[in-house]
Amino acid sequence: MFRGIIKNGIRNELLLKVEEISGQNVFNCYQCGNCSSGCPVVEYMDITPNQVLRLSQYGASEEILDSETIWVCSTCLQCSSRCPKGIDVARIMEAYRTINLRSGIGKINPRKIDVSAANDIPPILLVSAMRKLTG
Amino acid sequence: MNLPYYPGCTLKANASHFEDSAIKALEKLNCQLQEMKDWVCCGTVFSLSNDDLMLQLSSIRNLLRAEKQGLNELIVLCSMCYNTLKRSKDFITDDKEKLEKVNNFMYMEEVDYKGTVDIYHLLTILKDRITFETIQDKVKKPLNSLKLGAFYGCLLVRPKEYAIDDFEGPTIIEDLLSALGAESLDFAYKLECCGAYQTLTQKDVSLKRSYEIIRSASRAGCEAIVTSCPLCAYNLDFLQKEIDEEQVDFNKIPIFYFTELMSIALGAGWSSKWSELHFVDPEQLLRDKHLL
Amino acid sequence: MKRIGVFVCHCGDNIAGNVDVERVAKEISKHDGVAHSVDYTFMCSDPGQKLIKDAIIEKKLDGVIIASCSPTMHEGTFRKATASAGLNPYQCEIANIREQCSWVHFDKEKGTQKAILIIKSMIEKLKMNELLYPVSVSTNKNVLVIGAGIAGIQAALDIGEAGHKVFLVEKKPYIGGHMIQLSVTFPTLDCSQCILTPKMVQVNQDENIELFVNSEVESIDGAVGNFKIKIKRTAQYINPDICTGCGDCVEACPELVPDEYEEGLSYRRAVYMSFPQVIPYTYTLDIDNCLGLNPIACGKCKEACKENAINYDLRDEIIEKSVGAVIVTTGYDQYPMENIGEYGYGKYPDVVSGLQFERLIFAIGPSGGKMLRPSDGKPVKKIAFIQCSGSRDPERHLSHCSKICCMYTAKQAKMFKTKVPDGQAYIYYIDVRAAGKDYEEFIQKAQSDQKLIYVRGKVSRIYKGNDKMAISAFDTLSGKKMDVEVDMVVLALGLVPSFGTAEFARKFNLSVGTSDFLSEAHPKLRPVESVNTGFFLAGTCLGPKDIPETVAQASGAASKVLSLLAYDSVEKSPIIVKVDAEKCDGCGKCAEECIFDAITIDKIQNVAVIDEMKCKGCAYCVPECPYDALEQKNLSSQQIYNMIDAILGKGNKVEKDKTHVPKIICFLSEIGPYQAADLAGTGRMEYRPNVFVIKVLSISMLNKNHILYAIKHGADGVLISGSHPGESPYPGASLKAKERIDSIKSEIKSAGLNSDRIRLEWYAGRQAKGFAAYVDKFVEYLKMKGPVDSAKWRLLH
Repeated sequence: MFRGIIKNGIRNELLLKVEEISGQNVFNCYQCGNCSSGCPVVEYMDITPNQVLRLSQYGASEEILDSETIWVCSTCLQCSSRCPKGIDVARIMEAYRTINLRSGIGKINPRKIDVSAANDIPPILLVSAMRKLTG
Repeated sequence: MNLPYYPGCTLKANASHFEDSAIKALEKLNCQLQEMKDWVCCGTVFSLSNDDLMLQLSSIRNLLRAEKQGLNELIVLCSMCYNTLKRSKDFITDDKEKLEKVNNFMYMEEVDYKGTVDIYHLLTILKDRITFETIQDKVKKPLNSLKLGAFYGCLLVRPKEYAIDDFEGPTIIEDLLSALGAESLDFAYKLECCGAYQTLTQKDVSLKRSYEIIRSASRAGCEAIVTSCPLCAYNLDFLQKEIDEEQVDFNKIPIFYFTELMSIALGAGWSSKWSELHFVDPEQLLRDKHLL
Repeated sequence: MKRIGVFVCHCGDNIAGNVDVERVAKEISKHDGVAHSVDYTFMCSDPGQKLIKDAIIEKKLDGVIIASCSPTMHEGTFRKATASAGLNPYQCEIANIREQCSWVHFDKEKGTQKAILIIKSMIEKLKMNELLYPVSVSTNKNVLVIGAGIAGIQAALDIGEAGHKVFLVEKKPYIGGHMIQLSVTFPTLDCSQCILTPKMVQVNQDENIELFVNSEVESIDGAVGNFKIKIKRTAQYINPDICTGCGDCVEACPELVPDEYEEGLSYRRAVYMSFPQVIPYTYTLDIDNCLGLNPIACGKCKEACKENAINYDLRDEIIEKSVGAVIVTTGYDQYPMENIGEYGYGKYPDVVSGLQFERLIFAIGPSGGKMLRPSDGKPVKKIAFIQCSGSRDPERHLSHCSKICCMYTAKQAKMFKTKVPDGQAYIYYIDVRAAGKDYEEFIQKAQSDQKLIYVRGKVSRIYKGNDKMAISAFDTLSGKKMDVEVDMVVLALGLVPSFGTAEFARKFNLSVGTSDFLSEAHPKLRPVESVNTGFFLAGTCLGPKDIPETVAQASGAASKVLSLLAYDSVEKSPIIVKVDAEKCDGCGKCAEECIFDAITIDKIQNVAVIDEMKCKGCAYCVPECPYDALEQKNLSSQQIYNMIDAILGKGNKVEKDKTHVPKIICFLSEIGPYQAADLAGTGRMEYRPNVFVIKVLSISMLNKNHILYAIKHGADGVLISGSHPGESPYPGASLKAKERIDSIKSEIKSAGLNSDRIRLEWYAGRQAKGFAAYVDKFVEYLKMKGPVDSAKWRLLH
């Protein structure tokens, strides 16, 4: 039996799914921390980008699915562009988001958007948010 | 020179001055933007999931229709449309299996997409095809004494394979502004994220990001920021209302599209309609510099 | 006809467990030409060797096959035994029935059958083996050392002390390399100059050492024991014998040039002396930055020189020498800051390199040892060190760890704190690697005593903040942002082989390995030798290392050279290429292609002549000859065909049914794939017994006939495998082989045949698992394809 962080075995089904959607090998990560260093929104995250990689290696992907992190990530690609191991970290974030969205867990409910306010904001903002944050 | 052109939704709405100024400025360079027919949404954000082609469909549909109309390239102004269209194109073009699947989805289009349409950002066209030297020669009203900060944000330089210039140290916008006679100042945050669509869900993120970007530019001495992304432009410009209320040491500065400045410099002028689409008044600065 | 003896080893149970050794010996005794065939428990033991020696004498054998472990294990042992019984050692061949048979096939019947075929093929090779004798030539006892950093200095002193003449060649105007730029050395903190200058002076005083500064080696011809070298010395325009070192010329010179010795932090004149303790003690006139060597252009220095030591008429010289061995100590350079965009592309003056910091903290350096910002001379109170700048970043920069940076960063931070006690130092690191004597203790102590802040996380970006340099970073241990603003940033830049190493390696046939450092002949067991015999390597040209390691290596290389020079003649393997003078018409194609310049054309006889000392036997030239006039000694085309015949069982009908058992002929290079196959045995990685190995020195010896012969005569597939391009001991050989095989394959394709029956793969010795798995897959593929139609293949020419 495992105690601590490893609960469902290392390369469990969830991680395999993440690998499939992202096309990334999380075991390439050697924890240099560059992704978190350059992340413009790391202060708003409950799990930092380097921890996302670490937890993924442990197969502790459930924690990431429940995190604020994957919704705060705005896909600016700073992490992906500077990763010394060529890991496209943004794709891993997207994979976790996608898994949630596919099971109906989204960040915003399109029906609850204030339509009167929507008139003032540009379509690019509205549509991109919906694309990233709704299922 | 005719330039087949893809506008995207925001250039027909809140950023119509971006399109309008581009058309006017390019006319002075003997170039016409020719809008493609039947375009649809670019998809806004390029999907990063490998296993879902549906999310690429909207982008590819534009490419297919352009191809059907006999176009072999599309010039894009909006950074986001540029990034999404170009990456979607590469995502399927070299993969026959994916291409076939996508074409099957789009059977209503009657023809198949073959993968012959190239995507260029207008800045690249200005640099490589028209050249900044030509632009410099045609400047009627040099933007003398205007101190500008070129803001790239994310989509023009990342991912690095799609950067329109060196992804850690681009200068393409600065070079254009210099050709127009302005002084462009380097500032630390020119490649940072503005907060993007977080404005809708977590406004505090976008407020902080935009504040830091503007502060960085102001401290470097910039009197205005220049961009090519309608989302950056919205955040950097319209969030200044709240930033101004929250931050004590804050001074508002106008946010321009690079085409607006081209229009002034090339002698196509300024339109008061454009001012209405800005939050921070651009005219005061332009008047101070004797550019209006 | 040779009388051949075959000795089958049990190797305890290692072979006998999976091969019926007695049956093998019995079966082999019936083979044509075999006069004697026995089996024994341990052939390598003393009684085993005696068995062989006695048999050679008693049975009047003129060839022996030892069927045992891999030739890499005991070929030497058995050849010595053979020689002591009076038989030419090249009449002894090893049949590898352990690593490539009993250890990888666990079906005893199949293993036994394969062992028999392996032995038969070696018998057929042996039948045509010539008597060979090691080539021996007298040795020149002088030595060339290239590069006069600490490694070159140490090697030169060691060899000079042993009484041999050394030519020490240095590109720069001074000796001492990067070490003479350093402030103090870790972990002892002794002054670098104080420990190095005595050695530099010794070099200058040693009568056996002839020093050439401002010089480069232009060419090295010949072979081990007898190299002819040409040294190009750039004209200095200053006669060192007359120059008194007064410095009047420097004051007269109007030109300012960034000072290389000071890492560009200050300026020097076009005529200059790098530093006061410089050896050789003379001024240098830097012609690239001089206004012009005539009174019309400038001429101020000549005017100023009272001693008339300046002579504008001097020209570059070529100096010719003869040496027996060469030591290469060309050292390192720092990874260019200009390549690292996120750290400012080297455009911020307050972001400095590790070496620049050494100069800044040096008592008589450009800032007089005060910690001042290069940009504006303000004092440095806060400083950040960034480890792994460019290192450990396979995606964009260097993949390797530069090894010394953890230590020198700790040293520099400690020195900073000593100079600026109220200052603060931040050290950004990914891992701290301090594996060396007293190293870990040094870092721990510095960290505690100097209250250093070690931040665990790679810095994402450096940019100009408010007056200071701003760092965007994150501490992965606390999970918090760790952005700071500092007065100065020191980049612990990765180490790369000194600029120009790649070209140098190409010029002198030195192989280049990972990260473009030079390669040693064997990474573990021959660490200071090059594959190019007669060349020895030491120091950071081989990879990042610290001073003690460099010095140890330099002494190691020197002692290797000394043991070479201890003999009056050198011997080398006689397995080289030979020319059939009847067939050769002296066209010169081979001479053009030879990697080692070992072939010349005798214009009178119109025939190619092989330099026995230079030829390494790779036989790269063999397929190039339009007349088939070249052969590798003891592995001629006929020998290869005979071996293939023995394996395939000449005349056997191929059964065209579903029970078809495909056979694969594998041509494996000795270095790389053959080792991988052996290692698969050591690891007991089972694969199918359908593969038969023919060992070659290099697959670049194979021509179309060699490759097609197998398939034309019933083999189902051919695997050709060499070492990875860049790792081959014969530079360029792997790629050339690929080019040739690609062209053969496209020919096969255009004839409508399946070119996939012929495969080319790269294997390094370490890739045993990959090799075993590949072979299995290949067998599977050939089974699926069914038997080959040899008749159709025979139509190919």
